[in-house]
Amino acid sequence: MDQLLQHALNAMILGGTYALLGIGLTLIFGIMRVVNFTHGELYAFGAYMMYMWVMLIGANFVVSIALAVALGVLLGAGIEILLLRRLRGADIDTTMLVMIGAWIAMQNTEQLVWSGVAKSIDSPFPSAPLVMGGVSVSWTRLFVFAVAVMLIAGTWVLIQKTRLGKAMRATFQDREAAALMGVRIDRVHTATFAIGSGLAAAAGALLGPVFVVYPTIGDLASLKAFAIVILGGLGSIPGATIGGFILAFMEELGAGYVSSGYRDAMGFLLIIVILLVKPTGLFARKERIG
Amino acid sequence: MHTRTAKLALALLGATLLAGPALAQETIKIGVTQPLTGAFAASGNYVAQGARIAETEINAAGGVLGKKIQLVVEDNKSNPTEAVATVEKLIVRDKVPVIMGAWSSTLTLAVMPKLQEYKVPMVVETSSSGKITTSGNPYIFRISPTSEMEAVAFKPLVPKLAIKKADFLNTNNDFGIGSAAEYSKMLKAQGVAVGVMETMDPKATDFSAQLTRIKASGGDTLFVTTAVEQVTLILKQAKELQLNTRIITTGGSNSPDQLIAQAGDAANGSFHTVFFPPWFPEVVTNPEPAKRYMDEWKKRGHEPGGLTEGFRGYDGIYTIVEAIKIAGKAEPAAIKDALWKTKVKGIYGNIAFIKQGPAGSESGQNIPSVYLVKIDGGKVVKSGL
Repeated sequence: MDQLLQHALNAMILGGTYALLGIGLTLIFGIMRVVNFTHGELYAFGAYMMYMWVMLIGANFVVSIALAVALGVLLGAGIEILLLRRLRGADIDTTMLVMIGAWIAMQNTEQLVWSGVAKSIDSPFPSAPLVMGGVSVSWTRLFVFAVAVMLIAGTWVLIQKTRLGKAMRATFQDREAAALMGVRIDRVHTATFAIGSGLAAAAGALLGPVFVVYPTIGDLASLKAFAIVILGGLGSIPGATIGGFILAFMEELGAGYVSSGYRDAMGFLLIIVILLVKPTGLFARKERIG
Repeated sequence: MHTRTAKLALALLGATLLAGPALAQETIKIGVTQPLTGAFAASGNYVAQGARIAETEINAAGGVLGKKIQLVVEDNKSNPTEAVATVEKLIVRDKVPVIMGAWSSTLTLAVMPKLQEYKVPMVVETSSSGKITTSGNPYIFRISPTSEMEAVAFKPLVPKLAIKKADFLNTNNDFGIGSAAEYSKMLKAQGVAVGVMETMDPKATDFSAQLTRIKASGGDTLFVTTAVEQVTLILKQAKELQLNTRIITTGGSNSPDQLIAQAGDAANGSFHTVFFPPWFPEVVTNPEPAKRYMDEWKKRGHEPGGLTEGFRGYDGIYTIVEAIKIAGKAEPAAIKDALWKTKVKGIYGNIAFIKQGPAGSESGQNIPSVYLVKIDGGKVVKSGL
C-alpha cells in the first residue's frame, strides 16, 4: 500500500512539471503552427540561468527563478523576431528545419559556455524529506509542484481573461480575420512565443535544483513535451495539463509494476492507443485553445 | 629585377612544394574518437584531456621513431552512428594507422565492424561490456577492465560487507546491462539473493519509480551502473525517498569528487569502484606516471573530478605509442602485431594484452587493478576492505 501511495505521489509531482513543459509547447503550436524544436533548449537555458543567478551571483532563490523566466521570455521573443517572423508564410518543413538548426546551435552554445560537466544548484529547502507515514517527498519537489500549478493557472487566466489572451485566441481561430479586425498578428506571435519560452525556462529553473544541469537535459524534456502535447491534442491547454499528468502516472505505475526497462515506452504506448481511438488527441476537438 | 623576383618566387614555391610532404611525414597521426558533446560529454572531454597530456609529454621526450605524434581528436557526439562516421573519417581522410576510443560500450561496439573492414587496430580505453573482446574482432585491444573482471575483483568483498540481498539499477545500454549481468551472476554464486533488477534510459533524470520499487524489495545493497550524472541524481533521489540501503556504483566512471560536490550529504556512505584512486596515488602499481599525470592535470587547470576518467586517455596514448615503437613503423598491420608485445607501466597498472574471444580472431584484453573507495563525511576514503 505504501508503495502504491508513494508511486502516486511521485506521479503527481512529476505530472506538474510535465504539464508545465507541455503547455508552453502546445501554446506555440496552436497559435503559430510552429513545431518548436527549441523548447527543450529553453528549458536548459532556464536551468543554466538559475545556476548563474543562484550559484555564481548568489541571488535569492525565488528572485533567481523570476529572473531566469524573464530571460527565457526575452530569448523567446528574440528567436521569434530574428527567425520566425521572417519565415511567416513559409511552409512547415522550412520552419521545422530552421528550428532544428536553432536547437542544435543552442545546445552546442550551452556546451561551449558551460562545458559538458554537470552543474548542481543548491536549494534553500531542507535536504531531509517530508515524511508522511510510509511515503516521503522532498521539500524542493513540493515547492516545484506548487509553483508549476500556479504557473499553469496563471497561463489559463492570461488566455481567458486578458486582452492579449483574447487576441491570441482570435489569431488561433482565424489569423486573417483577426488581422482584419485590427489584431496585430506580429505582436501576438512574439508574445505567444515569448510566453511559451518563458514557461519552458520556468520548468528548467524549477527542475534545475531538483536534478543536475548539463547541456543535453533539454532533449528528454523536449521529447516528453511533444508526447504530452500529442496526447492532449495539439493546441489545447487543458489537454496538455491533463496529458502531463496522464503521462506521469503511466510512466510511474508502468515502471513500478510492469518493468522499468519500458518506463519511457509506456507513455508512447498510451499515445499510440489514444491516437488510434481519437486521432486528434484527447481534447483537440472540444476546444483548441484556452 | 623582375626576373630576379620571379626566380625567387619560383624557388620559394619549389621549396614549399618539396617541403610539404616532408613536413607532413614528420608527425605520426593517432586517431581519437570520444564523446565530446552529447550525454557523455563530460567524461569524453576528460579522456581527451588526458590523451593531450600524454601527447605533450611524449613529444617533449622526442616523440616516437624520430617523429612527433599528432592526435586527431574527433567528436562522436555520444551517438553510435556518429561514432562510426568519425572512425571512417579518421581512417579514410586522416589516414591514421591506429585509433583510441570510443568511451561508452555502445559506441565502441558500433565502430568495431569498421575496424575490421579497414584493418585498423583500436585501443579501447573505457568501455567495459564483455562483448567487445569476446565477439572475435582481432583489431580490439582493451586496457580497461571488463565488467566480469570487476565482478571477480569484487568477490572477496561480498562476505566482508555482509551482503545478503542485492538490488540493481543500471542504465539501459551495453555497459549497464553487461555490468548488472556479471555482478548478479557473481553474487548468486556467492549465495546472495538478488531482488529487483531495474533499468533506466541513459538520458533519464527521474528515478522515483525505480527507487520506490527498490525500496519495496528491501535488499541491503543496491548496485548502480551508469555515468556520474545519473549516479548524482540517484544518490539525491534515494535520500528523498528514504532508501537506506548501501549503494555501490560500478564501472569506474562515477567520479566520487564530483558526487561529493553535487550530491552533498546524499553521497555519504556510498561505495564506488574506481580504476585509479587519485586520493591515495601511492597504492597504485606505478605511482611515478600517476604522479606525473596528476601534476600536469592540476597545472592545466582541468577539473579535479575528472582525474578518475582522464587517466584512461593518458594510458591509451602511451600504449599506442609504445606499440608504434615496437612496430618500427606507423602502419596498421605492424601496430596490430606489436600491440600483442606491448608492455607499458601505466596508471591502469602494468598494461599487457591477453587473448580473449574465439580462437583465431582473438581480441587483446589488459588486466587492470580495481579499487573500491567509500565516501564518508564528504571525503573519499579507502573502503578498508
